Amino acid sequence: MNLLLNLINGISLGSIYAIIALGYTMVYGIAKMLNFAHGDVIMVGAYICFCTVSYLSLPPAAGILLAMLVCTVLGIVIERLAYKPLRSAPSLAVLITAIGVSYFLQNAALLIWKSDPKVFTSVVDGWPGLTLFGGQLRISAVTIVTILANIVIMIALTLFTGKTKMGKAMRAVSEDKGAAQLMGINVNSTISLTFAIGSGLAAIAGVLLCSAYPTLMPTTGSMPGIKAFTAAVLGGIGSIPGAMLGGILLGVIEIFAKAYISTQLSDAIVFAVLIVVLLIKPTGLLGKKINEKV
Amino acid sequence: MKKISKTTRSNLITYALVIVAFVVVQSLVAGGQVSSSLKGQLIPICVYICMAVSLNLTVGILGELSLGHAGFMSVGAFTGVIVAISLQGLPGPVRLLLAIVIGGATAAVAGVIVGVPVLRLQGDYLAIVTLAFGEIIKNLLNNIYVGVDSHGLHFSATDTASLGLDNGIVLINGPMGAVGIEKLSTFVAGFLLILFVLTVTLNLIRSRSGRAIMAVRDNRIAAESVGINITKYKLMAFVTSAAMAGMSGALYALNYSSVLPKKFDFNTSILVLVFVVLGGMGNIRGSIIAATVLTILPEALRAVNDYRMLLYAIVLILVMLVTNNPILKNGWNLIKEKLAFWRRKTPETAEKGVGADE
Repeated sequence: MNLLLNLINGISLGSIYAIIALGYTMVYGIAKMLNFAHGDVIMVGAYICFCTVSYLSLPPAAGILLAMLVCTVLGIVIERLAYKPLRSAPSLAVLITAIGVSYFLQNAALLIWKSDPKVFTSVVDGWPGLTLFGGQLRISAVTIVTILANIVIMIALTLFTGKTKMGKAMRAVSEDKGAAQLMGINVNSTISLTFAIGSGLAAIAGVLLCSAYPTLMPTTGSMPGIKAFTAAVLGGIGSIPGAMLGGILLGVIEIFAKAYISTQLSDAIVFAVLIVVLLIKPTGLLGKKINEKV
Repeated sequence: MKKISKTTRSNLITYALVIVAFVVVQSLVAGGQVSSSLKGQLIPICVYICMAVSLNLTVGILGELSLGHAGFMSVGAFTGVIVAISLQGLPGPVRLLLAIVIGGATAAVAGVIVGVPVLRLQGDYLAIVTLAFGEIIKNLLNNIYVGVDSHGLHFSATDTASLGLDNGIVLINGPMGAVGIEKLSTFVAGFLLILFVLTVTLNLIRSRSGRAIMAVRDNRIAAESVGINITKYKLMAFVTSAAMAGMSGALYALNYSSVLPKKFDFNTSILVLVFVVLGGMGNIRGSIIAATVLTILPEALRAVNDYRMLLYAIVLILVMLVTNNPILKNGWNLIKEKLAFWRRKTPETAEKGVGADE
């Protein structure tokens, strides 16, 4: 029974990683950049939700919506101001700019919300959990909501990229920017859209993360950000199903390592798995193999 | 009279810059004109300069993005502490020297262990694996306990009690990090380490191996086809870089009374990477200047205490935007060409593409 519970908790944590990893992987696929500020967008989303619920006494649903709205706008603004002028710059310059944005968001949050940890009230506070097998297996409401949210997002995103015009445009731009432009696709607005979707998802991830682990600080987003980035690479960066798979695997491995091997060494184990996978499959689990031309 | 080549001149300028800066700072310190907060920054500045130069070898010269450089620094730091504190009988400078040498050697070993698997990967995948290794090293150091007594060194992976010390001292206390360090580092030692790191790096770049390393960076397939052993040269640059990071780590740790493993996390790796990129990839002198300026900058912004890291972030973004602005870049190249035109006496085209300092 413990095994099952750990598995479910692992999938739940993995779902959060997967939602964050989607943001990384979509942006990477389309803009070929590692957006290190993504983890901090999560933190901003969580703070916005916290403020709406705690200070304005609005219902949690309003908090989530507002957080998504703010993060979406934030994502677009960041892209316009910091990344767009660097479209043709070397990738390292963009990476450093992303790190600058990450520092900026963390320190702005530090000024606005101060460094003392806030206790985040779960958005599903008071909801009953699920009790199975005559009380032997208790699953909290947060866990269920997280997993369901992940499934909904996964289906919605798959449909969006597969069926809609904008989604197809997104795939086309990530395949070949120049050719997409020749076909009449507005590359700039497609990239903005990608950032908007990624950041909106980050807001959801932030709220779910803080509902499960209720300490909220300006640095809350960085470690989950790095983990989710790892998840995206594990699944094959640039691939949407890969991000899902990588995220959930990472979550399950982390919870199992904590439960059965060592709490202190769980992070080391997670990263070691990543390294082993990359050594066997250098482009991640579902990544495309790139043939090199001379 | 023998004509000095452009690279030699550039290297000499770099050495001169460091030496002059050292003499000026040293005389200012002797004259008491340096504030105590800046004085406290002198050794960290030396450490970050060495870190930046060593990372530049991996990122700029070898052309592989490494996000775990602080991991090697921490290996050097913790080994250095163990060496320096357990050899109580010897005089301070000797212990510092041994700590730096052994710290560097251990970091080099770590570099080989990490480098052999990692360097098979490419691009962003390599970057993420170096990040992962950095996190693993930090995580392991969080769980290591080392103590010393009359019987020698004791190691444990659980807690200090299981070290079984016989009236000895705890050197490394898990998440508390290295404790009870003696402050052995000096500014002079830092200066000498910079000179050493510079000599190694600049000479490596100008050697046959250095040219092979840069050939691998510029075109891996072409380099392989002319018979360059890719793995060997990649590993050579990576391990040299790791060793020098370990040496700076030892110098860094012996400047404080205690050092946490947390200090050597992803953020420190990124900090050093920022020095390298802002200073210019492959440009050693640029790394030195960037490391110095950016270490002093947050201190200089103390007047606006609350906003200093925010300003730092904004400065960072703006510098990246301005230096990569195509219009400004073209303008700058135009000015450079004009200058070259006025200065030129003999055609220097033969030198083009040789120097890494371009």
